Amino acid sequence: MQQLINVLEGIGSTLQLLLRTLSYTGTLWRQRQRFIEQCYLIGYTTLPIVTILCAFIGGVLALQAGYSMENFGAKQFIGTLVGLSIARELGPVMVAILVAGRVGSAIAAELASMRVYQEVDALETMNIPAARILVLPRLAAIVVMMPVLCMIGDLVGWFGGALTSKFFIGIEPEAYFSALRRFMVFKDVLNGPIKAEVFGFVIVLVCCNIGLNTRGGPREIGASVTRAVVTSLILILVLDFFVTRALT
Amino acid sequence: MSDSGTTSTVSPFSGTENPAVSVTVENLSKSFGDFVVLKDISFQVQPGEIFVLMGPSGSGKSVLLKHLVGLELPSSGRVLIDKYDASHEETREKIRLALVFQAGALFNSLSVYDNLALYLREHRLADEAGINEKVMRALQILSLENAARKSPSELSGGMKKRVAIARALVMEPQLMLYDEPTSELDPVMGATISEIIATLKDQYRVTSIVVSHDRDLALNIADRVGILMGGKLVHLGPPSELRQPKDPVIADFLQPVIDLKNPRFKKLET
Repeated sequence: MQQLINVLEGIGSTLQLLLRTLSYTGTLWRQRQRFIEQCYLIGYTTLPIVTILCAFIGGVLALQAGYSMENFGAKQFIGTLVGLSIARELGPVMVAILVAGRVGSAIAAELASMRVYQEVDALETMNIPAARILVLPRLAAIVVMMPVLCMIGDLVGWFGGALTSKFFIGIEPEAYFSALRRFMVFKDVLNGPIKAEVFGFVIVLVCCNIGLNTRGGPREIGASVTRAVVTSLILILVLDFFVTRALT
Repeated sequence: MSDSGTTSTVSPFSGTENPAVSVTVENLSKSFGDFVVLKDISFQVQPGEIFVLMGPSGSGKSVLLKHLVGLELPSSGRVLIDKYDASHEETREKIRLALVFQAGALFNSLSVYDNLALYLREHRLADEAGINEKVMRALQILSLENAARKSPSELSGGMKKRVAIARALVMEPQLMLYDEPTSELDPVMGATISEIIATLKDQYRVTSIVVSHDRDLALNIADRVGILMGGKLVHLGPPSELRQPKDPVIADFLQPVIDLKNPRFKKLET
């Protein structure tokens, strides 16, 4: 029962934080320096690991598909399988998982330590809302950066699949990309960034809320980070089902 | 300490006068679950006064201070800053109040300069030239000019406290609250901070409430002292009354005798 109350409290406080943050949207232009800084932290510094991850996901997918499809004489369709899998599902989900682990944990840790060491209290006594200067720039940055990360991840994943297909399965890039294009429509490519957008927004909002509601000392900071990442991962998979259902 | 008796604060930057504010605590009680922290506390702090709130650790001093800035809400009773309820968010828009936190609560991701400039920038109270002037003046008042570009992590404990006071000063507060300003400092730095608090009060006539268990600070700079024990206000009066306290509990708190033959912690065990 207590756990259910905690979950409901968490949902309530997250929605309250969202409404408070949205009420400060008009201040975003004044906070462009913070917004750019967050874009750099959330987007640019996450990009290398996104490219490595997606390249190998594309490669592994091509390898697995190649070995299986060779038995059916259908290995010329590897490009289709890799392309659609990454665009529709693996790209946005893997990028979101990575953002939850890398960005979400950092946000939760930073805001939790600011709460524990009274920096958030100091802001409140100065009549500077934490939602305005701590949450809004991060939410705005993830809204801008998440589709970019997802699209770059998709592209790198496709090329990872192409390279693997050429060197380990014997499919030339022309044939691979021809198969990739043949069954892919614009909606398939568009759905990935839309999904990623939803995941990223929820990750940042949840991690900000958990961080700002931390009470106690250093041990609670660690506990908040764990809770933020675990909650984000669960939400990514749950939301994936519903967003996929809504988009198809 | 001071006999100014005035009701206006003086801006350290422009010299303009603003009304100093009174603080009224009425029948304030606070509980966390079954644990009662504050029991029916009432007192009034006059405009321009230095009021020192003393008490042993865990007596509820910091909780009371948080009520004054609206960071905690009372279980019953109320706190008025001037005529505004401290628990209302709008009070912080109407009254400029500043809290100097025990550990400074400086923003670690910002330099000392940006820590001081944050309030002015966020409330758009001056352009960058004006902000620079005010920040450097506040740093100068506290002899911190050379620390402007430093990060809070590079500062000593005493410097952090002074930066926290400078950050509060930039707000041109009508009410300054200090949470254990001399804790964790060596005696000389503790005396320095006490001098700073008294100087700010004398020069800028800001109403000051200091939570501390520093006896020297209370006896030397306070206009009045309140003593909180077990969540109750057990004494309220001028510091002179505390030089020779009649109440044995207060006497033991203010002038504890180290008794190696009959140590206190042994008494606590039984």
